[in-house]
Amino acid sequence: MKEGKMASSFTRILSSKRNVGILSLVGGSVAAGFLLHREHVTAGEPLRRRYPASAEYPDLRKHNNCMASSLTPAIYAKLCDKATPNGYTLDQAIQTGVDNPGHPFIKTVGLVAGDEESYEVFAELLDPVIKERHNGYDPRTMKHPTDLNASKIQSGVFDERYVLSSRVRTGRSIRGLSLPPACTRAERREVERVVVDALSGLKEDLTGKYYSLTLMTEQEQQQLIDDHFLFDKPVSPLLTCAGMARDWPDGRGIWHNNEKTFLIWINEEDHTRVISMEKGGNMKRVFERFCRGLKEVERLIQERGWEFMWNERLGYILTCPSNLGTGLRAGVHVKLPRLSKDPRFSKILDNLRLQKRGTGGVDTAAVGGVFDISNLDRLGQSEVQLVQTVIDGVNYLIECEKRLEKGQDIKVPAPIKQFK
Amino acid sequence: MPFGNTHNKFKMNYSAEQEFPDLSQHNNHMAKVLTLDMYAQLRDKETPSGFTLDDIIQTGVDNPGHPFIMTVGCVAGDEETYDVFKDLMDPVIEDRHGGYKPSDKHKTDLNAENLEGGDDLDPNYVLSSRVRTGRSIRGFCLPPHCSRGERRAIEQLSIEALDSLEGDLKGKYYALKNMTEEEQQQLIDDHFLFDKPVSPLLLASGMARDWPDARGIWHNDNKTFLVWVNEEDHLRVISMQKGGNMREVFTRFCTGLTKIEDLFKNRGHEFMWNEHLGYVLTCPSNLGTGLRAGVHVKLPNVSKHEKFGEILKRLRLQKRGTGGVDTAAVGGVFDISNADRLGFSEVELVQMVVDGVNLLVNMEKRLEAGEAINDLMPEQK
Repeated sequence: MKEGKMASSFTRILSSKRNVGILSLVGGSVAAGFLLHREHVTAGEPLRRRYPASAEYPDLRKHNNCMASSLTPAIYAKLCDKATPNGYTLDQAIQTGVDNPGHPFIKTVGLVAGDEESYEVFAELLDPVIKERHNGYDPRTMKHPTDLNASKIQSGVFDERYVLSSRVRTGRSIRGLSLPPACTRAERREVERVVVDALSGLKEDLTGKYYSLTLMTEQEQQQLIDDHFLFDKPVSPLLTCAGMARDWPDGRGIWHNNEKTFLIWINEEDHTRVISMEKGGNMKRVFERFCRGLKEVERLIQERGWEFMWNERLGYILTCPSNLGTGLRAGVHVKLPRLSKDPRFSKILDNLRLQKRGTGGVDTAAVGGVFDISNLDRLGQSEVQLVQTVIDGVNYLIECEKRLEKGQDIKVPAPIKQFK
Repeated sequence: MPFGNTHNKFKMNYSAEQEFPDLSQHNNHMAKVLTLDMYAQLRDKETPSGFTLDDIIQTGVDNPGHPFIMTVGCVAGDEETYDVFKDLMDPVIEDRHGGYKPSDKHKTDLNAENLEGGDDLDPNYVLSSRVRTGRSIRGFCLPPHCSRGERRAIEQLSIEALDSLEGDLKGKYYALKNMTEEEQQQLIDDHFLFDKPVSPLLLASGMARDWPDARGIWHNDNKTFLVWVNEEDHLRVISMQKGGNMREVFTRFCTGLTKIEDLFKNRGHEFMWNEHLGYVLTCPSNLGTGLRAGVHVKLPNVSKHEKFGEILKRLRLQKRGTGGVDTAAVGGVFDISNADRLGFSEVELVQMVVDGVNLLVNMEKRLEAGEAINDLMPEQK
C-alpha cells in the first residue's frame, strides 16, 4: 500500500512526536508497517552521526538578524529534533539566517517557513521573531483582523501632480501544499495548476492570461519586461539560501488581466503574489480592485476544494515571517523633492508609520525626488486600516510638500497608534 | 539535507511523472542519463544517512549547463550515494570517465619512486608545478549533506592530524572565521586563500551552507604543502612550488598524503576508498585519483598552432587559464594538466603530464626557431 497516502491522513495527529500511543490504537500490521516507516523517517537518519545540540548550534556571533537574536542554545536544543509533517526541520528554516549574517543597519528576519505547520512546530522561535519584527505583536495573545471591504476607505484619490502611481500587493498561500523553500517540483506545479485554473475563471475587467516562465515566447517576454511585470530568478542570497529558487523556472509564471491593472506572480517567493496597480493617484480604485480580485480568486479556488492558509493568530500565512498578517504593502510613487531634503522627513514618516524606498523597490535609491512610500506594518492591523494609514499619511506628505513650496513651515505629526 | 524538499514526504503522494524534472534545456551528464523510469525506480530510496535522489540531482536541475562544456550535474552526499544510486551514478561515471565500466578496477599508486624523470622540466618555460587531490573521511557525510556538527568534527580531526606533521611538512592551520586581517592578506598574497564558492554549480548543491563555519586552510611553513578543509570536499591536498621540478612536488605530495592517512588511521579514521572507484569525493568527476597535476607553462607559439587541441587530446591533457578552471590564458601562459582522474594511477597520470609537457616545450622551442613540429606529433595515449 502507498505509505504516502497513509501519511497524509495522519499528518495532523503526527505533527508532534507523540505518535506511538495513537498508532497503537489503529492496530494490525498496517500500523506496525507504518510505524516502522515513520520511525525510519522521523528518527531522522538511523545511521547518521548524531551530535549533541550544542555541537550543532550555529555560530551566530557575527549575526544581526531576528533569528539570531532569538535562537538561544536552549531553544535550539528543544526544537532541533522536531519536524513538520512533511519533514521540514529547524535547520532548514534557519539556514538562510545562518548563511546571511545580516547588515549592521538593516535587520533581516533570518528564517523562513517551509509550510503552514512551521509556525506551530517551531513557535518557540517564531513567536519571538514575529514579535520583534512586527513591533511587539504577540502571536500568543493577540488576534489579527482581516478586512477586505474596500468601501470603508475614505478619500483615497491623490493629487496627481504629486502621486505618479498607486499600488497594493500581498501574497497568498494554498493550504495543504508546502511553501517555496520546501516544496517538491510536483507540489510547485500543483500550486501553478490550481492558481492558473482559478484565474481562468476571472471575468470582465479581471479577464486575463497566464504566461509560464518556461513556455513564454521572446515577444511575450519582451512585452512583460516593458510592462515592468517580469520577475527574474532571485539573486539575493537571502532567498537562494532558503532554497526557493530550486528548479527555476519550472512551475513559475505571471498572470495579468488584459487591462494590466491586476497581476499575479506564481511561485516566486510565495505561492502567489497579488498586485493591483495603476498610473495616477486613485488608490481607492486600486484597493477596490485588489479586494474584489482577491475575493474572487478565493471563491474560485474554494469551488475547487482549496483554500488559502490563514488563521486568526497570524492572519495570512506566507513564506517570510515579515509578510504575515495582511502581507500587504500599499504604496505610491510620489514626488517629494523638498520634503525629502528636510531633516524631519524620516521622523515624519516614522510617526505616520510609513517607509520610503527608491522607485526600483526595496534596496534602491530615489531618483529625481520621487519616492516609493508605503506602510511599515503588516500584522496586527487589517488591510483597510493599513491602506487608510497610507492614504492619510501620503495626503499629509503632499500637504507638507505644498507648504514647503510656498515657503511655509511644516509640522511633525504626532505618532499614530500602532495596534488599533 | 541541503534543502527543504529533501525529506518532503508529500513527494510520494505524487507520481514520478509529476515530480520528474524538466530537463529539456539541459546539457549535463545527469540530464543525459536520468530517464523517467530511472527516476521512478530511485525516487523513494535514501542512503543510510538520508541523502535522496533529488538531493543528488538538484545542482544539475538548477544548472542546465553550457552548450560547449559538459558539467556533471550531480553530487554525492556520502560514500553510500555511489552504491545506493548506482543506476544513475554508474552511467554518469562511464560517460564522464571515458568508458569506465562498473566492473572496472582502479589502481592506486602513490609511490613517487615509480615516476620516471620529472625533475627537469625546463624552468625557462615551466613557471610552476602543482599536484592536487581530495580526500574524504569515511563515516562522515560529504559537504552537500553534512551537518554543522559533522563539519566541525571533520575540521577538528583534520587539525589534529595536520598538527602532528613534522620536518618540512610542519605547519599551521588558519580557520576562516578566526583569521586576522594580516593572516588573511598573507594567504591572499600567497594565492592560498579560498573564498566562499560563488559558482551556482556548487551553491545549488548545498555545499556552501553555514559558511565560513569549520572551513580553513592549513599550510606548511615552507608554503609548499597546503590543505583546504571543508571547501568542496572534506580535504583538498595541494603540493606546489615554483619552477619545473614536478618530481619533487609529486614526492612531497605522496609523502604528505601517506603521512596524513597514517595520522588519521592512528585516530581510528580512514579515507573513503574502494577498488572500483578509488578515492571517493563529492563530485563524480574527481573519483579515482582525484588528481590534477599541472604546470603553468609558456606556450605562446604552440598554443597558436592549429593542431594544439589535437595534441593535447592525444596527450590526454587539458588546458586552462592561469586563474584555474573557467579562466583565460594570459600572456601565452597556460595551465596544462591531466584530463583523466579515474582508471589511471597517480603515478601514471603525473607521468603523462611530465612527458606531455616535455614534448610541448620541445615543440615550443622548435616553433620559436621557425622549425616544423610534424615529426613530434604524438600518438593517441
